[in-house]
Amino acid sequence: MKKAIVLNNLKHSFNNKIVLNNINLSVDEGEIFGLLGPSGAGKTTLINIITGQLRCSDGSSKVFEHDSYNLSADDYKEIGVMMDNFGLYERLNCYDNLKFYQMVDGNDSKNIDEILIKVGLYGAKKTNVSNLSKGMKNRLAFARAIIRKPKILFLDEPTSGLDPTTIEAIHKMILEEKKKGTTIFLTTHNMYEAEKLCDNIALLNEGNIVEYGKTKEICRRYNHQKKFKIHLNNGEDIELNINEESAELIKEYIINNKLETIHSTEPNLETIFMELTGKEFDK
Amino acid sequence: MINHIKAILWKQLKDSLKNKTVLIQFLMFPVMTIIMENSISIPDMSEHFFANLFAIMYVGMAPLTSIASIISEEKEKNTLRVLQMSNVKSFEYLIGNAVYILFICMLGSLVIGLSGGYIGQELLYFMLVMLVGHTISIVVGATIGVISKNQMMATSITVPVMMIFSFLPMLSNFNDSIRNVAKYIFSEQLYLVLNNIKQIEITTESGIILGINFLIIIIAFIINYKKVFSNS
Repeated sequence: MKKAIVLNNLKHSFNNKIVLNNINLSVDEGEIFGLLGPSGAGKTTLINIITGQLRCSDGSSKVFEHDSYNLSADDYKEIGVMMDNFGLYERLNCYDNLKFYQMVDGNDSKNIDEILIKVGLYGAKKTNVSNLSKGMKNRLAFARAIIRKPKILFLDEPTSGLDPTTIEAIHKMILEEKKKGTTIFLTTHNMYEAEKLCDNIALLNEGNIVEYGKTKEICRRYNHQKKFKIHLNNGEDIELNINEESAELIKEYIINNKLETIHSTEPNLETIFMELTGKEFDK
Repeated sequence: MINHIKAILWKQLKDSLKNKTVLIQFLMFPVMTIIMENSISIPDMSEHFFANLFAIMYVGMAPLTSIASIISEEKEKNTLRVLQMSNVKSFEYLIGNAVYILFICMLGSLVIGLSGGYIGQELLYFMLVMLVGHTISIVVGATIGVISKNQMMATSITVPVMMIFSFLPMLSNFNDSIRNVAKYIFSEQLYLVLNNIKQIEITTESGIILGINFLIIIIAFIINYKKVFSNS
């Protein structure tokens, strides 16, 4: 599989304070990669470095085999970015915001309506950004990121502070982009979002990657308990060890039609983060 | 490059019509000139008195505050970063904004000139003086915009600078000490040139002071531009 992003021994410091320490990771083309970490972990700094907005102090960062800090105009045409603070023109309406970026890219305005329909903002196309809700601004920022049909999409906290309905809508759009073959690099502190969307994740804490890999594999790796839970139709929940005795018990419940559901007890990413860092993940 | 500048011009035109702060700067002095030239007549008042006075205040305020406000707002709202990621170069962005502001300010200057009674060659000379003034003022404003992290910081720098460039030429009419200090700033020299517009010539002193002003401002701009944009 071709690599979309490769980071090698990447380090970065501000005023002698190390904010990213020896980061090594790669993202395959077409995958959704999630960078998880609490606020201040270095997620946005890493996005800034990968997208060439910031030069790393040491190591290397490459996007489609091109050095991040020397990305060409053509490279940038393949990159879409959605920042956590929008970067939208407040006094322009939704349509004009997108039209401006299309003009900057030298593209025509034909597909603007189509994109606005896709993100559910067609009805608000003439509404100034200053009059939009946070969720609508997020969707417009997403529209701006995908309108140039990028090969790689950077989403910095795309659903932070949004209501569940808008979060769901944005998740749907992200998955649609993945279906088209777009590589997606997203940062989040929402563990549920990462588990739902990402093929691979990295847990970032104080500038260090403390865990990296496929979400389910990581969860299985930290499943020290080796237990499962069953829910009986009398409302009772029972936690059982994985052994022969439990198997017999379950068999009995099934024969007697008492068993409702069986659940694994693998830890979620939040628990794993706590185990690795001793810290609670901020919501 | 042309695409980027055209896009910025289009965006600014749309944006300024809704940006009251910038709009007022563009319109205030042309409107005031029309009102004052048509409503007040003082015996022994020099020709084009209000037009010259407001023209220099226009030079010291409108381009300077507009460009500083536009650049600092784009930095504060992160739209400048998004633009840079769309491969808009810093100089393209600055040229786009400067051309737009210069164009609007020259239109405003034309209104001031015409309502002040300038015609023919005098009007052309008046517009040339305004062109020089607006250009210097835009570079000063761009420097403030570049060094400011947000609009609040830009405003706090712009206000005293704008007061010096706009009001010193007016105050120098009333006080010799102020005149002695004011003569070293470009707006005072342009005011003197406007007041002697019939001669259609610039004194050596005015030429040297304008040249030095322009040089200092350009150097300050380049140093700050390199510092800020190479760091980002």
